Amino acid sequence: MNMEDGLCLTLGLPGRNEPDTESCYKNNNNNNNNKRSQPEYNDDSIESKGSSIAKESDMDTAPAPKSQVVGWPPVRNYRRINFQAKKVETESGIYVKVSMDGAPYLRKIDLKVYKGYPELLKALENMFKLTIGYKGSEYAPTYEDKDGDWMLVGDVPWEMFIVSCKRMRIMKGSEAKGLGCNV
Amino acid sequence: MSKNSTSIAGSGPGSGTGDYFTPYPDEVLENVLENVLVFLKTRRDRNAVSLVCKSWYRAEAYTRSDLFIGNCYAVSPQRVLNRFKRIRSVSLKGKPRFADFSLVPADWGAHFTPWASAMASGYRALEKIYLKRMSVTDDDLAMIAHSFANLKELVLVCCDGFGTGGLSVIVSQCRNLRVLELNEDEVSDDEIDWISCFPSEGTSNLESLCFDCVECAINFDALERLVARSPLLKKLRLNRYVSIGQLYRLTLRAPQLTHLGTGSFGQFEGDNQELDSRASFAACKSVVCLSGFREIAPEYLPMIYPVCANLTSLNLSYANINAEQLKPVIRQCHKLQVFWALDSIGDEGLEAVADTCKDLRELRIFPLNPSENAEGLVSEVGLLAISIGCRKLESILYFCQRMTNAAVVAMSENCPNIIVFRLCIIGRYRPDRITGQPMDEGFGAIVKNCKKLTRLAISGLLTDQAFSYIGQYGKLVRTLSVAFNGDSDTGLKYILEGCVSLQKLEIRDSPFGDMGLQSGLHHFYNMRFVWLSSCRVTRQGCLDIATRLPKLVVEVFRRDEEEGGERDDFVETLYMYRSLDGPRADAPQFVKIL
Repeated sequence: MNMEDGLCLTLGLPGRNEPDTESCYKNNNNNNNNKRSQPEYNDDSIESKGSSIAKESDMDTAPAPKSQVVGWPPVRNYRRINFQAKKVETESGIYVKVSMDGAPYLRKIDLKVYKGYPELLKALENMFKLTIGYKGSEYAPTYEDKDGDWMLVGDVPWEMFIVSCKRMRIMKGSEAKGLGCNV
Repeated sequence: MSKNSTSIAGSGPGSGTGDYFTPYPDEVLENVLENVLVFLKTRRDRNAVSLVCKSWYRAEAYTRSDLFIGNCYAVSPQRVLNRFKRIRSVSLKGKPRFADFSLVPADWGAHFTPWASAMASGYRALEKIYLKRMSVTDDDLAMIAHSFANLKELVLVCCDGFGTGGLSVIVSQCRNLRVLELNEDEVSDDEIDWISCFPSEGTSNLESLCFDCVECAINFDALERLVARSPLLKKLRLNRYVSIGQLYRLTLRAPQLTHLGTGSFGQFEGDNQELDSRASFAACKSVVCLSGFREIAPEYLPMIYPVCANLTSLNLSYANINAEQLKPVIRQCHKLQVFWALDSIGDEGLEAVADTCKDLRELRIFPLNPSENAEGLVSEVGLLAISIGCRKLESILYFCQRMTNAAVVAMSENCPNIIVFRLCIIGRYRPDRITGQPMDEGFGAIVKNCKKLTRLAISGLLTDQAFSYIGQYGKLVRTLSVAFNGDSDTGLKYILEGCVSLQKLEIRDSPFGDMGLQSGLHHFYNMRFVWLSSCRVTRQGCLDIATRLPKLVVEVFRRDEEEGGERDDFVETLYMYRSLDGPRADAPQFVKIL
């Protein structure tokens, strides 16, 4: 759906102007422009080559190297790649509560079951008998992250989302205006 | 063993007691020698023998069956074939070790092809091929399959350039194949069902099948049938595309296994297998070496309890488990000699290892998160615990974020049998966590107290003093790895002048330059190779060495394959090695040979 008229609901931070040509639900690991950086997922751990921005150590006398460090620490590539996968796979089921404004009781869903945002939203739509994301919808899916902040679902890469999401809330009404999602 | 000839040298016809007539002393001697030399297996002994005199040289060359070439460019295939005629087993190593860490461009070299072609005509009876860090193509594998009818063992370690297509040719054509081991190779997925290409009729002679590094799905039914008809199969290492349910089925088929790589050790979607968790590993009464756990579901770990008491080797280095998950397992592993794990087990996990594994010889702890900014999960606490609990330790590889001299000194005193000491403090230039001092004293203690030390890798904040210690005490050190250490050329000078046994020297990102390098002129011919990258060596300095030592091949290159090999004023990578046959003909454009 196009967004140029500003009335369409998109899943992005309010006030963002650039056209979202790429669906934000695409399952990609790249950090998009407006993402907040999560401390545990800095470039160091995602890059498979292990290059990292040189960091000055506390009491050293040597100058910080000017360029990124390839091949350090000396760990072979296939061992590095495994690390990413492990963060998610060792948990058996990630159950989070989902509340919807106005609904009498909460539901619980297993985030591990879904491969990405599109499936998740579809499941929520089925569960709560509503439609998220078409023009005029007043619903916005939000979640509470590990820091206790309420965030809009869809900003961060999927893998990051499922490990940081503690619970979800489907917002409705005036709070939801300007937010929403673009499936 | 043929009969002992007792004929006396020089005796005339009719007086000898042997079956043959040998009038000449030299021939007698050679025949006797050949019969004796058959018993000499080690390279060192054979090399010594070959130096005695021409006749001994000939006899040795005639009877050598195992060929080991530590650097494929040190000698040409033709020279090898001219000297040794009856080789049954070949071991060949190619790329420098730093290629493992992306420091060598992909097309640098170490091609197996010229060796394959030469041996195809010269060593038709070849039975065993062992290759490490070589570029092996599918065509090479096809050539192997077609040329060596007697091939029994093929072991490829850290190789690349081939795929499942090449594998399919090997397994279908090599009818005598007993051992196929793929270890940390990069194998391309040619979408060929290579497992099905093993001969499908009759019993197979397969003793070892290791394909844990092959990153593509396999035909499980074909694998199960293969295992079922391989009564001699002792080693089986599965890749991560084999689920725990499938693993279970395989162990029922092969209760005689001694070495097992468990594959994923997790469940796949749609895997409805009702697992009788106690039964499956109880069937494997002979398993002494366990590895795999590529995508472990930790709740299944108790399945291995029945085999723990017999284990001498356990590799959990792909399993992100914590101390609590490790303890119930490790507490039963009283016989463990080799243990590999991730630092996710923490200092607490290491303490548990130290408590139980009194026979431990080799420990490797890899970082879960290989980044300088990561939280340190193991520290000097774990190292100290190991040193106290595992006195028989011989080999250690330990990644950590911080370390103290005290812990390293303690290890040097508690574990005098250490032969390999590789400590990697991931944060570069990090000093002693508690005192703020450089790590000189710790490494100094290691070289001083561990009198059998032959391999050393250093890290952390180190001054030239550390190198002084290494040069002074490291008389048996053959392999030394240096990274982001040292103050000046003096450090390198200490090493090259002091370490008389040094064979392999690899240094990166350290302030060593031409002057330091010069101090090794007397020794470079005795070494297998010297690697210096991102140091302060100039082109002129390298040229000097090349001129003074004509039998040394001096290669200069840049990782990004820019021609010339220099970055600013210095050479980016210097890789030099002795060679009997001069510079190699297959050097790519970006490699400059001086």
